[in-house]
Amino acid sequence: MSNTCKQGEWVEIHYVVLLAGERSPDVPEDTKKVPLECWVKGWALSSGTVGEPVEIRTPANRVVKGTLIRVNPGYTHSFGPSVPELSSIGQELRAMLKEDD
Amino acid sequence: MSRDLSYDAVMARRGEIMKKALGLEYDEFILSDIAFDYEGMMERAGYSLEEVRQIQQQAGVGNTPLLELKNITQLVRQTSKKGYGARILLKDEAANPSGSFKDRRAAVSVYHAKKLGYPGVLAATSGNYGAAVASQANMANLGCIIVQEVFDSHHIGQPEIIEKSRKCEAYGAEVIQLTVGPELFYVSLILLEETGYFNASLYSPFAISGVETLGYELVEQTRSRYGKDPAYVVVTHAGGGNVTGTARGVRKAGAKSKIIGASVDLTGLHMASDNDFNKKSFTTGHTGFGVPFATWPDRTDVPKNAARPLRYLDRYVLVTQGEVFYVTEALAQVEGLERGPAGNTSLAAAIALARELPEDEIVVVQETEYTGAGKHPQAQLDFARKNGVEVIRGEPKQNVPGKVIAIPEHFSQLSFTEMDIDRMRTSYIRNAVTRNNVTKVTQDELEFLAEDTNSTLEFVSSVLGSLGVQF
Repeated sequence: MSNTCKQGEWVEIHYVVLLAGERSPDVPEDTKKVPLECWVKGWALSSGTVGEPVEIRTPANRVVKGTLIRVNPGYTHSFGPSVPELSSIGQELRAMLKEDD
Repeated sequence: MSRDLSYDAVMARRGEIMKKALGLEYDEFILSDIAFDYEGMMERAGYSLEEVRQIQQQAGVGNTPLLELKNITQLVRQTSKKGYGARILLKDEAANPSGSFKDRRAAVSVYHAKKLGYPGVLAATSGNYGAAVASQANMANLGCIIVQEVFDSHHIGQPEIIEKSRKCEAYGAEVIQLTVGPELFYVSLILLEETGYFNASLYSPFAISGVETLGYELVEQTRSRYGKDPAYVVVTHAGGGNVTGTARGVRKAGAKSKIIGASVDLTGLHMASDNDFNKKSFTTGHTGFGVPFATWPDRTDVPKNAARPLRYLDRYVLVTQGEVFYVTEALAQVEGLERGPAGNTSLAAAIALARELPEDEIVVVQETEYTGAGKHPQAQLDFARKNGVEVIRGEPKQNVPGKVIAIPEHFSQLSFTEMDIDRMRTSYIRNAVTRNNVTKVTQDELEFLAEDTNSTLEFVSSVLGSLGVQF
């Protein structure tokens, strides 16, 4: 992945919305100790470098400023590896259905 | 003009922001601190069933298939006493455009936003509703922003929620991904103020009226195919809209089916806790929403929540995470339907509930949801393991939320825990009194509390008496 973006490239930025001390009084103690953070994607309004500030235009046509995190960000979530605790359930149930035939 | 964006300043402006973003005057329905005209609000502010049907038809939403789960029904009968084991039918809501029943809510919200001339719609949700709003917004040529709670403070998110972000982005929506915390609402308010977008709240009368067609359709379909009404309609319960809308539709169709809510038991995990956030293997359909939203519906992003589950719930049952994963696997393996997982919470409960009924009765499970990368038992269980949760084969009672997920060893182990609804009613009445700082309740308020908890004047009086409230 590129460490730099050109103007007009699809990028992801990050910024802090509320510092730890500014959070809602209703949050639990562990959450109070950390800031409220935000990530949003859009098109870079200028060239930029990962870790440096950049402005983007979002899909809803807003201009937002934050730290450049990724250029051409994609997705890496998956269906995961086989889980042994699940893999035999189908055979077990088919065997049960056969018993009753 | 620069606005004060501090937490306190924005929250202080919430009333005016919400009013502008909903285009709805709630004041005319509010009768007192405690009471409001619920049916008046639903009738005058929402849409009629016929209007909703037309709106949804135009948007490609609804009229989903009702599938008979023959093999699962057979397995239920094999594990029931002789002559028992109701037929289980499944409403395949995954057939909606964005893959869940949430399209029904979104279709009406987006239609309303378009009609009132808003430039776009915003929804604060980490669930399937985001994709539903984004999809419907595209059909209506409206802008769309989805605000989601995605990560813990280490920037780690559940695969299920990451997928839900991806799907919204696939539709071209702007997705605001936040770390855990209720300030999702604060961020939404800032964005509503900035963009002038419509608040496509899950809890407006428009959104709830959108779900009524689901209850109505399932009764119509069951009647026409089987010549009778469902004995039970089992509904996955989280924020209350699914239960409320479905039940209203079932009643409008004239059916007396018992409405049974089902949630995954996540007792002990705090929903706004940074540490607990990734210990959950379900991000919706669980008690972390189900209990608080039933016992205090007006905790949402609208002045008066149109989703009021205690009005409609005949029973409320809990199942474990392991049981829902097991049933998700069963649905794929013996029925050929890869759906869920979270939407299968009601199916897990329905299997044990069907054992209570004779073979000639019918249990309807009223939703499915699409499956995808991340939104899958393998991805979720792998993630659970990486977060220190033990995954085993074992009895449902071995499940400990955040610590152990026990996948049943046998179909016969599928069961549920019955929640005490009277206790939830009591809790609702306590909340209504304490949150409004009320020491005396009028006759009208007493009647409203009985109606809103589907209980009696005697029941409400006895609870108020125990709280030391005059009436």
